[in-house]
Amino acid sequence: MKLTHRSSEKKVNGRNNNIDFSDPNIKIIALAGNPNTGKSTVFNSLTGLNQHTGNWAGKTVTHAKGSFYYRNQHYVLVDLPGTYSLLANSVEEQVARDFICFNQPHATIVVLDATCLERNLNLALQIMEITPHVIICINLLDEAQRKGYFIDLNSLNIQLGVPVVGTIAREGKGLEHLKDITYQVVNNLITPKPAKLIYSSDIERTLEKITPQLEKLLGERINARWVGLRLIDGDQSLLNAIYEHIDTFPELKKESEVLKHYGETKQSNILG
Amino acid sequence: MEHELHLCDLPVGSIGKVTRLLAIGLPRRRMLDLGLIPGTKIECVRRSPLGDPTAFHIRGAIIALRYEESQQILIKPL
Ligand SMILES: Nc1nc2c(ncn2[C@@H]2O[C@H](COP(=O)(O)OP(=O)(O)O)[C@@H](O)[C@H]2O)c(=O)[nH]1
Ligand SMILES: [Mg+2]
Repeated sequence: MKLTHRSSEKKVNGRNNNIDFSDPNIKIIALAGNPNTGKSTVFNSLTGLNQHTGNWAGKTVTHAKGSFYYRNQHYVLVDLPGTYSLLANSVEEQVARDFICFNQPHATIVVLDATCLERNLNLALQIMEITPHVIICINLLDEAQRKGYFIDLNSLNIQLGVPVVGTIAREGKGLEHLKDITYQVVNNLITPKPAKLIYSSDIERTLEKITPQLEKLLGERINARWVGLRLIDGDQSLLNAIYEHIDTFPELKKESEVLKHYGETKQSNILG
Repeated sequence: MEHELHLCDLPVGSIGKVTRLLAIGLPRRRMLDLGLIPGTKIECVRRSPLGDPTAFHIRGAIIALRYEESQQILIKPL
């Protein structure tokens, strides 16, 4: 892993990125969240001066990467663009989605604004649909307290099925705990089990039909249920991204037309 | 349904409750991501000088919607 000025010239969200995913000694951690939740503050306090900014390959969206050590473990932290959603309505959302979906970080920390949880949980739930390796960081707890909100972290942890850490990033509070939980997740000492979202019966029935086939096509690498949901949504941009990343998924290439067919027929069945 | 209005017709300062979204596909998805699901309270905060876009208070955040969007959202004034 090199953090040099050259890294911005390389492909970050593809096969040729400068993050060495094969190095078993490096754990890749993505940092996601709505805008203004304190993501950069968390990022800065964890990585200090050990960071580097650049652009995502071919995109005008900036990214920051940094590294830190915790308990003799080398971590690379990737600050994803702040978004309300991952359903690729914008380049930012696409970049964040592709990183989580195709680069498969060892863990994703989702930073939430404690004063605006309802809005922020939308993104957290979307990420939990893509990957189980999620840690929820509820930041701005001081602001929440000022507004008289009590955040029941324990109950959130139980209901969401993933670890929940409370922080006041600006004061550095809770960040040691966040690192500790991250350590436990990437070393399989904690296994997050995200609560499954159940959709209406017509959607669930369609998923029942297509998920087994998608599992065959996608293997363990991308969550088949989530891809199924996107196909039902008619999300062409995910299909395009799957094609783009197909060199990392050779087994998918010959079947990609089948996926496309699903997208078209399910979209017209359900929305048409 | 009685008293259903398009969100674009909600006067500044008044509050409504989302009843239906007319949009489909990505625009619909974007509305849902902004928190506009049926039953959601929405307040018209102010209109820009040219009448578009308009700022709404939705689930703890002020969000500007364009006419094409607010026209696709049906509400019941409260
Ligand atoms: N009161 C308070 N402010 C915070 C906290 N964390 C971050 N901030 C402030 O929130 C603002 C946005 O933070 P930033 O890290 O840039 O958010 P980002 O958009 O998610 O990257 C900045 O002014 C931070 O100083 C916190 O825990 N409490
Ligand atoms: Mg930031």
